[in-house]
Amino acid sequence: MGSDIWIVGEQREGHLRRITLELLSEGRRLADLIQGKLWAVMLGEGLSCHTETLTHFGADRVILLSDPRFSSYEGGAYARALSMLLSSNPPAILLMGATSLGKDLAPRLAARMGLGLASDCISFALGKGAELTAIRPIYAGKALATVKWEGRKPWVATLRPNVTSLPEPDLSRSAEVEEPKLELGPEAWKSRVLEVVRDATATLDLTEAEIIVSGGRGMKGPENFTLLEDLARVLNGAVGASRAAVDAGWRGHQSQVGQTGKVVSPELYIACGISGSVQHLAGISSAKFIVAINKDSEAPIFKVADYGIVDDLFTTIPLLTQEFKRLLDTH
Amino acid sequence: MLKSSLAPIFFSWEVNFRLKLVVCIKSVPDTASSIRIKPDSPSVNGEGLTFVMNPYDEYAVEEALRIKEKQASAEITAISLGGIAAKEALRTALSMGVDQAIHLTDPSFDELDSQGIARILAKAVSSLGFDLILCGKQAVDLDSAQVGPALAEILDLPQIGVVTKLEFDGQGRHLRGHRQIEGGTEIVECPIPCVITAQKGLNEPRYPSLKGILMAKKREIPEWNGSQLKLGEEEAAGGPGKVNIISLKNPSLRSPGRILQGDSEQKVKELVQLLREEAKVF
Repeated sequence: MGSDIWIVGEQREGHLRRITLELLSEGRRLADLIQGKLWAVMLGEGLSCHTETLTHFGADRVILLSDPRFSSYEGGAYARALSMLLSSNPPAILLMGATSLGKDLAPRLAARMGLGLASDCISFALGKGAELTAIRPIYAGKALATVKWEGRKPWVATLRPNVTSLPEPDLSRSAEVEEPKLELGPEAWKSRVLEVVRDATATLDLTEAEIIVSGGRGMKGPENFTLLEDLARVLNGAVGASRAAVDAGWRGHQSQVGQTGKVVSPELYIACGISGSVQHLAGISSAKFIVAINKDSEAPIFKVADYGIVDDLFTTIPLLTQEFKRLLDTH
Repeated sequence: MLKSSLAPIFFSWEVNFRLKLVVCIKSVPDTASSIRIKPDSPSVNGEGLTFVMNPYDEYAVEEALRIKEKQASAEITAISLGGIAAKEALRTALSMGVDQAIHLTDPSFDELDSQGIARILAKAVSSLGFDLILCGKQAVDLDSAQVGPALAEILDLPQIGVVTKLEFDGQGRHLRGHRQIEGGTEIVECPIPCVITAQKGLNEPRYPSLKGILMAKKREIPEWNGSQLKLGEEEAAGGPGKVNIISLKNPSLRSPGRILQGDSEQKVKELVQLLREEAKVF
């Protein structure tokens, strides 16, 4: 049994996704602690352009499974390919992103190989004898569970996006690169992606955004969300919504933040006209800074906000957009 | 709204076989609950908690019912693994209109992780027989989001996860699912039998009717335990690799921060300055 660590990277439309670098960063830290090597595995097409970045961010070995058939995601085929690769050289730990791909692939792979999987972890620690523990939020963040693996390796985990800081790339690093050929018959592909439709209004996903401007019932109607879009554009952030705003049909379901929506971990969360239900507060509990703008000084959101403005949001938000514009233009 | 270039399909469809639908559901504390940790063990204090059907599973049940509305010969079975609360969730499913419910319960199941639970469910659905298995995309208690994809892998089936729209083809032999991904939607097609996991937006779950509630109250819900499921030693023990919760805590509470004073302009100026100089966000 090796003491190596593997990460499965992701790309989208030819670009390495940030989660890949986050996985490398955490993987590098763990590999140094157990004195193992860090392997970065990618599946897809046209992957060799990522080798340098993967290496500079910590990979000792880069495994590229280049196959045009991997250009769109298919859970069964991806799991089969990875299990073939893993069984010839099983590492101690395997990390993937808690992304739409990783959340689908990791449980399949774990089931295929009989492995323990901890989903959506926010931190990892190694105890004596290289025993791995991880912390994962449950009940949308109302509680934190520390989990431990037992039995067959690799121990598999998915890492929540946006909770790992990135190191400076080390341009002096080098890595071995392999492009193994796997014998994978067409029967491995059981489903087919017909089309990927990009949501034109959401260039940035809430789970990956560093800044989120979110609106609730206090926005009074769908048309007023343009105020938040303007602010988000200046801050290069994403627009979210409370459940009340989504259920009213003002915003799409994909923008809901909270226990039955997305759990987010931005650097800055600006809650506009959101009173702050238990479910919503759980979903933003790992935001670094929370700003609340609400007319009602009794709103529960003020109990968790680092900075609060009790005021009419229709006056405040345009002023805020203007002020940020001025600040960011001069810098 | 998302615009797809694909032509709309599958408005009406006929099948010449009896479609068997299985919905996997879980009972969870209501999302309005505060979660308190037991001082002496890594578990949640269940006192005072109201248990309900997992919200994402409601979408799965509703979708099955809508399929049956179009295809009257379809048969829907709800299954749930767990203690006494699981039975109540099954009763809710019956009151919404599913045809039958099976309660998977055994003290040994308490030790299982999500992967272990998926293996038990796989055993149960295999003995029921199925064309389509519907699950919620995750349960809002442990937030693992593993059972749907794991179930598909164990049963060697295609799976479409986190689905906000689902359509059958004209013969009822293929499904097309709109799967939510970061910043967009993947439109995925696969043959049945398959697994889908439901996301908010798929439909608007119905409330049980009074008649449904009264009828569900009287229904027998069969219990299947480990020996009835003929579990192998490894399945009962939870598989070769496993994850255990060793401790639980509540996150440290955020303390209320500063309420800014002054007129609107002053407050905004101060906020931007604080974010820059104190929080160092910019």
